[in-house]
Amino acid sequence: MVKITVDGKVLEVDESKNLLEEILSQGEDLPYFCWHPSMGSVGSCRQCAVIEYANDEDERGRLNMACMTAPREGARYSIEKAAKFRAQAIESIMINHPHDCPVCEEGGECHLQDMTVMSGHNYRRYDGKKKTHTNQYLGPFIGHEMNRCITCYRCVRFYKDYAGGTDFGPQASHDNTYFGRWQEGPLESEFSGNLAEVCPTGVFTDKPFSKHYVRKWDLQTAPSLCAGCSVGCNTNPGERYGTLRRVVNRFNDEVNGYFLCDRGRFGTGYVNSDERITVSMTRSAHDAAPHLASTDEARSQLQAMAANSIGIGSPRASLEANFALRELVGAENFYAGISTNELAMSRQILDIYRSRPVNIANIKDIEASDAVLILGEDVTNTAARLALALRQSVRNLGKKMARDMKFPEWQDAAIRQLTMDRKSPLYILSAHATRLDDIAARVKIGTAANSARLGFAIAHEIDSSAPAVNGLSADEKELVTTIASALKEASQPLIISGTGAMSQALIAAAANIATALNGADKKANLALVSAEANSMGLALLMESSDNSLDQAMASNAKAAIVLENDLYRRAPASSVDSFINGLDQLAVLDSLKTRTGEQANLVLAAGTFAETSGTFVNYEVRAQHYYSVFKPVDTIRSSAFWLSDKKLSELTQGCADSISGGAGIATLTPGEGFSVSGMKVPRQQHRYSGRTAMRANINVHEPKQEQDEEGILTYSMEGVSALKDATVFNTAWAGGWNSNQSVFKFQSHTGAALKQATKGHCLVENSVSEKTWSEVTDAEKVTGDFEVFPLYHLFGSEELTANTEAIKAKATSAYIAINEADASKLGLQASDGVSVEHNGAVPYIIRSSIAPGTVGIPVGLKGLNFRDLPAAISLQKATDWATPSEWHAANIIVSDKTSVNAENGGEA
Amino acid sequence: MLKIFLHQLNIIWSQIVSLWLVFLHLFHKSDTVEYPDVKPHMFPRWRGRIILTRDPDGEERCVACNLCAVACPVDCIALQKTEDEDGRWYPEFFRINFSRCIMCGFCEEACPTHAIQLTPDFEMAEYVRQDMVWEKEHMLIDGTGKYHDYNFYKVAGKAIGGKGKGEALDELPPTDRRSLMP
Ligand code: SF4
Ligand code: SF4
Ligand code: SF4
Ligand code: SF4
Ligand code: FES
Repeated sequence: MVKITVDGKVLEVDESKNLLEEILSQGEDLPYFCWHPSMGSVGSCRQCAVIEYANDEDERGRLNMACMTAPREGARYSIEKAAKFRAQAIESIMINHPHDCPVCEEGGECHLQDMTVMSGHNYRRYDGKKKTHTNQYLGPFIGHEMNRCITCYRCVRFYKDYAGGTDFGPQASHDNTYFGRWQEGPLESEFSGNLAEVCPTGVFTDKPFSKHYVRKWDLQTAPSLCAGCSVGCNTNPGERYGTLRRVVNRFNDEVNGYFLCDRGRFGTGYVNSDERITVSMTRSAHDAAPHLASTDEARSQLQAMAANSIGIGSPRASLEANFALRELVGAENFYAGISTNELAMSRQILDIYRSRPVNIANIKDIEASDAVLILGEDVTNTAARLALALRQSVRNLGKKMARDMKFPEWQDAAIRQLTMDRKSPLYILSAHATRLDDIAARVKIGTAANSARLGFAIAHEIDSSAPAVNGLSADEKELVTTIASALKEASQPLIISGTGAMSQALIAAAANIATALNGADKKANLALVSAEANSMGLALLMESSDNSLDQAMASNAKAAIVLENDLYRRAPASSVDSFINGLDQLAVLDSLKTRTGEQANLVLAAGTFAETSGTFVNYEVRAQHYYSVFKPVDTIRSSAFWLSDKKLSELTQGCADSISGGAGIATLTPGEGFSVSGMKVPRQQHRYSGRTAMRANINVHEPKQEQDEEGILTYSMEGVSALKDATVFNTAWAGGWNSNQSVFKFQSHTGAALKQATKGHCLVENSVSEKTWSEVTDAEKVTGDFEVFPLYHLFGSEELTANTEAIKAKATSAYIAINEADASKLGLQASDGVSVEHNGAVPYIIRSSIAPGTVGIPVGLKGLNFRDLPAAISLQKATDWATPSEWHAANIIVSDKTSVNAENGGEA
Repeated sequence: MLKIFLHQLNIIWSQIVSLWLVFLHLFHKSDTVEYPDVKPHMFPRWRGRIILTRDPDGEERCVACNLCAVACPVDCIALQKTEDEDGRWYPEFFRINFSRCIMCGFCEEACPTHAIQLTPDFEMAEYVRQDMVWEKEHMLIDGTGKYHDYNFYKVAGKAIGGKGKGEALDELPPTDRRSLMP
């Protein structure tokens, strides 16, 4: 810490940070554009200028960019004295700026508007002609309006430097500088949506939001979570006129920082979809005609059947809803709603986190890791936000080089120059090429069983007390020793694996490596990705039960209550069919129509994440609370409401009491009595408009405001918005800072944790020091022509988000991926389809990385159900083949795709 | 005693004066306007019934920017943005609840396109309150209202049907992104 004087005020600041960051952290306002707390400084926009004085006598000082200045002990600076320069700088930036604010999606949350006002440039003097630019089509997610660019370079620094995108960059020079793709077409990066938040202007905007655009101040918002995968990114979704309009990032330094993936940002349109179940229906038998059930009727029917029913829970339903179902049917009748293997894997993860001497890695740990091993998990497609963090981890070598040369970490461009393409080591063992291969030191292709075998060998190589593996080839030995020594040398090694490859052996191997790395002064980071938003929550409820879906289906039950779960996505269709046919009564609670729901005789309309509150437990076993954003129509209720008479807070307390180590679950909200200045926190901001007109077409008499059962937020403007109090962080806004840049006003230090908000509560406190090992399991021999392994698609593999228009535009129907040699063995021509043993025919793609004799089958895509397939299958050239209309090969973004079939599939 | 007497006298005198002045009014011109038979003269800046206008090309002026709605102190304006196939923004619906409107004119001041204007028409009474809720089709007139020349899309940089990039007022043709010349 050093003492500096800024305009006469003495401030104590951190000399390892830049002056801009420190000035902002002290609550002062200083305009900026190009600096970003996660991306460091490049000093390109000239907006953060301050005057720095050489000594006490110096009257004149010199102009410096605060973001490029390291605070010096005893130095004197002035923000005020550089005001004129900043006004001039912004005036020149604005010379070519279009007269677009009224028709610009950024308007009202535009950092450029804010900075222009703040710099005092409020009158346009230039009356010459303005430069203009054409726009590009950048796909279904991001709109492009180049005229509004101020050439701050933030977009490129995010897209290329931070997220590793290769299809976007700066073009031309001087006044012609252009930011776009080399040619029109969808942006390839899985993180393209962040451009809308990173770009300080309206060049890049959220395209699906623009279709039903409203201003930021007109959105009703609440702190929520992404339900797209097990990372549990924090979000602020916004609603208007009863439909969900968009999702923006909510800062949480340990979970998602400033960024989301595109599934999370653009995947919530299903909330408004025609596939929603909006009313509860009942019928006397499977084949009878259904009729509407009132809320009371539906609820009492469900209660009446509960006594003789089994309950099937879900990893995509909240902890409370699963708990309520378990209470309703009794623990012995409660089944997990996932296969035996999947349940075993989730419980295995819990067990590893509890019993091994490891550090469960959050995103900050991942970013700080200086050697990484990814074991069989396609992180980019199953837990995308972690992939973005992994891209930062390989920069630690560069950061270390910079530290050794005594240069500050925020010197982004300089460090990149210094490092060139040197990277901290990252190794990938996988069944196919992944989107992280470009930053990997080595990639080893192999089946999950083989990756697990190598994993066990690596553990043994690091610590010889770990069980050994026999029969490694010379090549394998070399790889094992290379990886082992890189991990051993690292000060913060990280092992990533997960349930994606569906292999318990792989997870066990990851645990062994992390355990082996435990030494006197270090603990390895371990992140085990789970399948869905609340997979770990479900596992916590199943800790003392083996009841899986397979067992539910074998239970001979006559009645079943299925909670937010489409069984056909979880088990072979034939077994689900025979299970359902054996039932007398089937009740399904869900938000979207599903094949399971179609066969139910009682369907209850359940709210989505946006309309309900509850708890999700992420891959780190971090419990996080999400608040409902808006009240849906009266016939839609939360699953917890249908299943229980208890209030949500009572159910949450029930979870806390019944889960071992779960006390933290009850501390996630500030509780019913919470108030700011004696009032509740409004979901609607102080500028919310149209209150007395929005429903006036229905009835000019305004209805009573909706009541919130949690009693923390209100569904109105009444109350004090939690300005500068982030306990319930429902929108980023501060006086003069209308854009998301205002987040720093809520942080304890710019870029660091929010002052008040809960980061969630990790339910596993690990202080184990003793090493225990998993035994090496021999891979089961699979018999069949082609060994099957799962492939995941960020767009399409997740059930709910796949029902969103924008996601559909980036997804494809099912296909198979094989090696070129196998394709020619099968005699496949470019436009052929492949018939998959008893499962119809699908298109194929050739991927050079895939090992001969193995076939990649996508999970969750339309047209082929992964769960219907055995471990190995036979393939044949399809006869009578027509390409499915939803087949879009161009949407499969992989680096090793050498050719693809089918006319409408698009280019390779 | 004398004081009281003078006071009384004063009261009587003032009443006589008042009566005299009232009497004189018999010979003045009448101030009463025989409304509704006689309509008063209203000035153009009077703030009455709200209309939505069109630009000089006859297109809807409103671009659904929501600024009028946020400026409205009683929050009686609600609208939704949509756009045509060429990217021109306009309101999908535009509603004013006149039973709440206080005719303050803030919406007109906030409007960047001169779309929303208050007019001198003040005859807005209805028997049923619901009838005071007006939609776009009730408010959109065929002309430009008080401001005849302004055409927002001619000034804005956003391309719309009939106006490409670089074709707005004071714009240069689009740059060539393949050029490396400054
Ligand atoms: S980027 Fe900001 S300043 Fe520029 S037109 Fe859009 S809202 Fe206005
Ligand atoms: S497009 Fe946006 S982020 Fe990129 S340089 Fe222009 S203003 Fe900056
Ligand atoms: S990484 Fe997962 S939780 Fe985060 S935004 Fe993406 S889908 Fe949602
Ligand atoms: S301010 Fe003008 S342009 Fe904007 S929404 Fe209102 S009427 Fe339309
Ligand atoms: S923020 Fe400092 S120069 Fe851009």
